[in-house]
Amino acid sequence: MDKTLNHKAWFLVLPVIVLVAFSAVIPLMTVVNYSVQDTFGNNQFFWVGLEWFEEMLHSERMWDALGRQLLFSAIILTIQIPLGIFVALNMPKSGFWSSFCLVMMSLPLLIPWNVVGTIWQIFGRVDIGLLGYTLDALGISYNYTQDIFAAWVTIIVMDVWHWTSLVALLAFAGLKSIPDAYYQAAKIDQASRWAIFRYIELPKMMGVLMIAILLRFMDSFMIYTEPFVVTGGGPGNATTLLSIDLVKMALGQFDLGPAAAFSIMYYLVILIISWVFYTVMTNLEKKEG
Amino acid sequence: MSDATTNAMPGSLTASSPKKRLKVKGSVIVMTLYLLFLLLPIYWLLTMSLKTNTEILNEFTLWPHDFTLANYATILTDPSWYTGYINSIIYVTMNTAISLAVALPAAYAFSRYRFMGDNHLFFWLLTNRMAPPAVFALPFFQLYSSVGLFDTHIAVALAHCLFNVPLAVWILEGFMRGVPKEIDETAYIDGYSFGRFFVKIFTPLIASGIGVAAFFCFMFSWVELLLSRTLTTVDAKPISAIMTRTQGAAGIDWGVLAAAGVLTIVPGALVIYFVRNYIAKGFALGRV
Repeated sequence: MDKTLNHKAWFLVLPVIVLVAFSAVIPLMTVVNYSVQDTFGNNQFFWVGLEWFEEMLHSERMWDALGRQLLFSAIILTIQIPLGIFVALNMPKSGFWSSFCLVMMSLPLLIPWNVVGTIWQIFGRVDIGLLGYTLDALGISYNYTQDIFAAWVTIIVMDVWHWTSLVALLAFAGLKSIPDAYYQAAKIDQASRWAIFRYIELPKMMGVLMIAILLRFMDSFMIYTEPFVVTGGGPGNATTLLSIDLVKMALGQFDLGPAAAFSIMYYLVILIISWVFYTVMTNLEKKEG
Repeated sequence: MSDATTNAMPGSLTASSPKKRLKVKGSVIVMTLYLLFLLLPIYWLLTMSLKTNTEILNEFTLWPHDFTLANYATILTDPSWYTGYINSIIYVTMNTAISLAVALPAAYAFSRYRFMGDNHLFFWLLTNRMAPPAVFALPFFQLYSSVGLFDTHIAVALAHCLFNVPLAVWILEGFMRGVPKEIDETAYIDGYSFGRFFVKIFTPLIASGIGVAAFFCFMFSWVELLLSRTLTTVDAKPISAIMTRTQGAAGIDWGVLAAAGVLTIVPGALVIYFVRNYIAKGFALGRV
């Protein structure tokens, strides 16, 4: 749609800017402020420049957390994106069962995140949880509070359970927008199932898939509540992801300087990667429309 | 290739139908397995909420043998439990109202006009959706403490605007783009002022969009724990924060914990049918 040029439209956007400035810019400025100062308590601050940033860049703790975080996000994306597409391809296209699947699949998305954690905490327990009990009965040793591998499997399966439906729903929306004529043409050409997927469905889904990847990357990169409820970052530090580590540092130990420097770098990493996704996404949109 | 096609042609009618039936069966199996995977943990929470603690801890049963509603009764009669739900509902409602009120005009501006810096502004709004709540937990705590709003509902409502306002703007903009601009122009020619046009003509046209945006503001505020827990201690403490403290001297009260969990799923489950076709759109910030 052609938009008219009208600078007065700024007045319509003004409330949003004021509100977001209050709830985002001011707090962010405090963080920046802390990141370049040190304190003796009593609200006495002095300038330390980039010392905290240097300290954090040499801190093994942060690199370890970042490593775990990247591993987590990478595993999440490699499982959820293909699985989501696969589920979407198998969903009924219309009618009662389509609605039924949509409703059932949306359910995990609408559960409060700490309850997601609670559900899996209970589900995985060897004494009272269905999953833990069954695995134990099968003779598989499984204890997510003690064993690092089990803890990782638990939080990954939990996240797959929680968010794969989102990828599937997005992919499904993309699939539904493909006109029937494309499939008829493919049928006339006797295209194989794989060829239909590769040359019709996948290109048509590209736009929504980019959104799915962007969302899943962002949200898995800042995940806090679910793994915190299930493992509390343990055993040891094995599942201490970036957010969990940051909250520990900022609100637990009240190390303002390092925590602030950490926050800024954390935010910047998300911003840069998301900006790349966003640019690719809008370029794709332009190409299509 | 040509050989294969000529061979396949005569038998194609008879050959394709059993193959098709097989394919349908395959997808049914896939969907059944997937839905089973999704529903089992929820089922387990539900059965646990209907069992007594003795049954939970001493016997392993697949469904409640000793059916009880006592866990729900505990929550609904004990103020330290049910005030959590009331607190959550209060700040979530406030947040939804604030988010929509500021997002509506902004989304209209983005969908109808070009203005200085509009694209940058649009992306800047999105960056707030990308901000990790963990980064904001400490500064929010200090900001709201310093202005005397700590442990109030409005503090949590404002804090959640961080991600809900951008979300509402994006979703509403997506819906508004679908309304042809000629409608605006005709209304202006007919002598409607902007305010009257917006309320009388435009709002009904995007009613479903407003509903979807409201639903998602409600949902994202409802599911968030970190900020709401950080900003409250007693008076405005949300249900999710109360749930993390069910450990008593006698261990965890599993039945009540499960019942509290089930009750937090209820609001989503109630409206899920009405928003089923918009779930993808809402999560994708209106971009689908």
